[in-house]
Amino acid sequence: MKMMRDLCVLTMRLLVHNFRMPVFVIMSIVQPIIWLALFGPLFGKVTSLGGFETESYVNFLVPGLAMMAALFGSAYAGMSLLMDSDRGILDRFLATPVSRMALIGAYVAQSGVIVALQATTIILVGLLMGAGMDGGFSGYLVVLFAAFMLGSAFGALSNALALIVPRHDAIIAVMNFVILPLVFLSSMMMATDALPPWIGTIATINPVDWAVRMARGAYFGESWGGVVQYGALLTGFSAVCVMMAVRAFGRFMAKA
Amino acid sequence: MPIIDVKALVKTFPGPVEAVRGIDLDVVQGTIFGLLGPNGAGKSSTVRILATLSQPTAGRAFVAGHDVVGDSDGIRRAIGYVAQASSVDVHLTGTENLYLQGRLFGLGGRDLAQRVETLLQLFDLEDAASRRTKGWSGGMKRRLDLAMGLIHKPKILFLDEPSSGLDPESRSVMWREVKRLSDEEGMTIFLTTHYLEEADRLADQVAIIDKGLIVARGTPSGLKDGLNGDLVSLTFSGKTDTADASTRLRALAMIDTVTVSGQRVDVRTKDGARSIPAIVGALSGLDLQDVAMSRPSLDDVYLSVTGKQFALANAEGHEGAGGRKGAAA
Ligand SMILES: Nc1ncnc2c1ncn2[C@@H]1O[C@H](COP(=O)(O)OP(=O)(O)OP(=O)(O)O)[C@@H](O)[C@H]1O
Ligand SMILES: [Mg+2]
Repeated sequence: MKMMRDLCVLTMRLLVHNFRMPVFVIMSIVQPIIWLALFGPLFGKVTSLGGFETESYVNFLVPGLAMMAALFGSAYAGMSLLMDSDRGILDRFLATPVSRMALIGAYVAQSGVIVALQATTIILVGLLMGAGMDGGFSGYLVVLFAAFMLGSAFGALSNALALIVPRHDAIIAVMNFVILPLVFLSSMMMATDALPPWIGTIATINPVDWAVRMARGAYFGESWGGVVQYGALLTGFSAVCVMMAVRAFGRFMAKA
Repeated sequence: MPIIDVKALVKTFPGPVEAVRGIDLDVVQGTIFGLLGPNGAGKSSTVRILATLSQPTAGRAFVAGHDVVGDSDGIRRAIGYVAQASSVDVHLTGTENLYLQGRLFGLGGRDLAQRVETLLQLFDLEDAASRRTKGWSGGMKRRLDLAMGLIHKPKILFLDEPSSGLDPESRSVMWREVKRLSDEEGMTIFLTTHYLEEADRLADQVAIIDKGLIVARGTPSGLKDGLNGDLVSLTFSGKTDTADASTRLRALAMIDTVTVSGQRVDVRTKDGARSIPAIVGALSGLDLQDVAMSRPSLDDVYLSVTGKQFALANAEGHEGAGGRKGAAA
């Protein structure tokens, strides 16, 4: 199908951009190592609070940090779109019969793929640091899916923002404002039972928490029912975000 | 039926900026059309509407039989578009840029590989083709822009200031190629330019746009003929009485106007080359030192329709009102 072919061609182009930046490749590998090496010992004792799936905090952290990577890896995705727009590349594409859905979809898919790779790095580093993975290979696949979904969702939001407020500094400001609270209002670093109750309540409507719970459930191979439930919520959220990006794109086109 | 048909086209940007204020254009298939005008005249705004990148505020436009509003996909399949500013992907090599552009038109396999080869060769980019375009010179990127615009052999090619950033040699290569595409492949080419010379050399039909309005149109030679013919400049030695010369010249039937400035006398006549013997004959006995003839240029046409020198208008841009002294239309 034309739309899928266009999507592949355009997504590949963006991924080639990523992989031709040595800094990007190095940071993608170094970052998870630093996170695990820092956060693990720093908060190592919290597992004694109880409610954690595992004694080892590093082990607990792995699926959560995979989602953190997904969040940080996608939140600034709109920058690629802005850059292409500034350089006239977007216009060049728009004057071709390329599928409009594929055109905007590529920026979202780029985030999805990158963050799935980063999630993999985190899991690998975790394994090297002695974290077990009770959920096995299927658990790993679900973590990847969660990373992909969270990455696409925030990638789409970031792109929608880029289309509405076409400024690099605006994207950075808004995304910084949004992301950190979402991290702290989730069970990413702390077991749900150990969270203050009001944070626990807010977390139930926090898509980042859905992704974390889905990933963690699968990673530890424990609550597959929860995995399905949170997976459905996350997929719905991602679909809404992608729709917003598509609408923003439509408005952007009509304004030109 | 013209392959590009524009009727009462208006484009207003928020502000409001009236970039295009109701223009009519038609371009015959297989010809080269030049839209000529100073900075801010509305050239890019017009081309962007025709290339489906922007929506008209009012009026209608048809490209290759498709309406720009509502049938943009039909247009996109038929056109190549090269924007005013380079739009090369600097993270990719020259070859990769061309392949990508081809794939967006559904090309692939051997056909595309061959097409890429041909274009790299044509625009003299073979040596650099496998290097990332980030390190390319501006002119090389511009040539790649042109190559990308041609990858799918479009029926109609839009070139927004194609020669900007090209050195004289690359420019003449581009001109030759544009001519060839039109002559041999029957491609219709719509180009915008600041350069009168470019329009004169390339275009079958020219329209001059100023402040969003078409102020003149026709073939380059037709537009020039519309002016008061050729200019013959006569220079006399210091002792000569130019008033006497002027009186003698005015007596000649073929002379339209005579202007004296110091020791120089300018004469306007329909056919300069044939008039010169009679002019020189009428001046016998006077110390004539130099005779020069010039055909009117598009510059003169521009001057007469906009009331300003082209270079001046370009330098001052849209708001510029300077130099309003020239001949009236
Ligand atoms: N997106 C836009 N938003 C607001 N105003 C615009 C926009 N694009 C163009 N304009 C304005 O419309 C007018 C015509 O611009 P346009 O780019 O069509 O001129 P041009 O003839 O291509 O000039 P140049 O030779 O400098 O490229 C200018 O006053 C310009 O400032
Ligand atoms: Mg322009």
